[in-house]
Amino acid sequence: MSRFATMFDRLAARDEHAFVPFCVLGDPSPDETLPILLALCEGGADALELGIPFSDPVADGPTIQAAAGRALDAGTRPQDAFAIIARLRETQADIPIGLLVYANLLEARGMDHFYRRAHAAGVDAILVADVPTAEAAPYLKSAAANGIDPVMIATPNASDDELETIASMSRGFTYVVSRKGVTGTKVTAGTGHHTTVRQLASYGAPPALVGFGISTPEHVRSACSSGAAGAISGSAVVRLIASAQGETRHRALRDFVSEMKQATR
Amino acid sequence: MIGDGRFGEYGGMFVPQILLPALEQLETAFLDAQSDDTFAAELQELLEHYAGRPTPLYRCRNLCSDTATQIYLKREDLLHGGAHKTNQVLAQGLLAKRLGKSRLIAETGAGQHGVATAMVGAVLGLQTCIYMGAKDVARQRPNVYRMRLFGAEVIAVENGSKTLKDAINEALRDWAASFDHTHYVLGTAAGPHPFPTLVREYQRVIGREARAQILEQLGRLPDAVVACVGGGSNAIGIFADFIDDSEVALIGVEPGGEGLDTGKHGASLLKGRTGILHGTRSLILQDEDGQIQETHSISAGLDYPGVGPQHAALQASGRASYVAIDDDEAVRAFHTLSQNEGIIPALESAHAVAHAMRMAESPSAPAALIVNLSGRGDKDLDTMIARQDAMRKEGS
Repeated sequence: MSRFATMFDRLAARDEHAFVPFCVLGDPSPDETLPILLALCEGGADALELGIPFSDPVADGPTIQAAAGRALDAGTRPQDAFAIIARLRETQADIPIGLLVYANLLEARGMDHFYRRAHAAGVDAILVADVPTAEAAPYLKSAAANGIDPVMIATPNASDDELETIASMSRGFTYVVSRKGVTGTKVTAGTGHHTTVRQLASYGAPPALVGFGISTPEHVRSACSSGAAGAISGSAVVRLIASAQGETRHRALRDFVSEMKQATR
Repeated sequence: MIGDGRFGEYGGMFVPQILLPALEQLETAFLDAQSDDTFAAELQELLEHYAGRPTPLYRCRNLCSDTATQIYLKREDLLHGGAHKTNQVLAQGLLAKRLGKSRLIAETGAGQHGVATAMVGAVLGLQTCIYMGAKDVARQRPNVYRMRLFGAEVIAVENGSKTLKDAINEALRDWAASFDHTHYVLGTAAGPHPFPTLVREYQRVIGREARAQILEQLGRLPDAVVACVGGGSNAIGIFADFIDDSEVALIGVEPGGEGLDTGKHGASLLKGRTGILHGTRSLILQDEDGQIQETHSISAGLDYPGVGPQHAALQASGRASYVAIDDDEAVRAFHTLSQNEGIIPALESAHAVAHAMRMAESPSAPAALIVNLSGRGDKDLDTMIARQDAMRKEGS
């Protein structure tokens, strides 16, 4: 059984939901990322969603754009991102790890090469932010051939047909966005996802994780009450990383994750 | 979706899932409008009486008159707004109204597309918001003033390289949240399907007129059609009606900047690798990891790391060929055309003029060619004055 499936089963047995923090690998520098990821794990993260920095992240709001910019300025390359994950795996063998990336990073050396390297580093699932259902076929095939779960995004404006397609394509989990727009907390989570989550379940989609605009325990509770399996919080985590350094940063991250995790119980 | 927006291996719609329904809605409205006589009549009326179509095809009296080549200029510089941009923005504005949208957004680099969109927003009564890289806002102040004069909001984009590509990113982000009431007027024949097709069809009028005009004036088709290529909308617009005329060479001219070997250029077709940027698979200037590179050209309108997917396909099939003209040669053509014909070309169009002059002076000079004079150069006077001052300083 995959790491995501094992995690969802374990939480369901305890009547808990998942809390999944997101950050950008290499933000603020490759050397600082591993202790950041360990702090997220120590805080109680059920899984990690991680970005590989890209120069033109069109699905991201200002906070995560800035994080990608810092990571690129610090010289972070995809190979560094994979190396960080491989290091993390040395002590965190079981935590599910998802990647959030942009298509051109896969295109640069070929998607087979990318999925293969990700798998070798210990990645479980990959969401390509600018590959919608209409373009997904070759990505699904390559991901499957290389042991990676392809994750699709379900949006509040998707038609029933579209949701059915998303449900049939997504593996590991389904990333449900609660509102229109891009990542960030300027516009907080909507409630458009309640229907989406229900419909996805009826089409047999893998468990739903709700993201976009999740920054408080209240948002987490609201996301979980929709029938989703958990919530993803990105911009709030990234802001904490940017606002402190060293052990102060790690403590802030542990505390934040722990508080958000509490809201899933 | 009815089409997949593919041009050979290029094209597609690589956008966040949230934008897929907006693109589907746009494709449907575009196809409906293409077969709607009322839409065509309203567009035609605006193109004629507001924008000033048809534009002339002018045979140069002096340029290269000592060679065997007759150079014809398709005078898009005379179009209202000062460039070909107006053609397709008027059409997209009407399409936005047809879709019931009350707001237009657009990206702009040098400001020409932003000005065209603001102008059309004014005449069609649509709220308009223009995204422009902060660096471009600082160096293109007259155009920022023009846009605001037309009533548009101009937002300076402070992200990334603070230029055109970042303005496109920001417009896409806006659209992901606003598509219910907002139409994104993409400025070139690039971006996700249906934009490359839609922009080509709305710029096709350039080539359709030019083809009829040359047949009337010269009695035959030209040997070649030459146009500058940034994103590629003026080029695809003048190429479209000549693609089936296999005897007509189609030549796109990319910005060579400071030279193709310097890394400071915008020649995506000549130096790019296949990749995905702004919703489409095409040839992209990027590093080995797939990070998008910054480009350079003296003409801001050609300063883009990608290119429309149909150009990539036309190059791959061999139907069109692409060359580069560097900054210095474009500047020389800017002066030459001004002095010989009393026409100031946009620096973008000066790249095409420069290549036409090269062809005329080559041993295999063609007898007749059409250059798409896509815009007028008044907007470039500040750039040219600054360049002159810098050279004087260097010389002293």
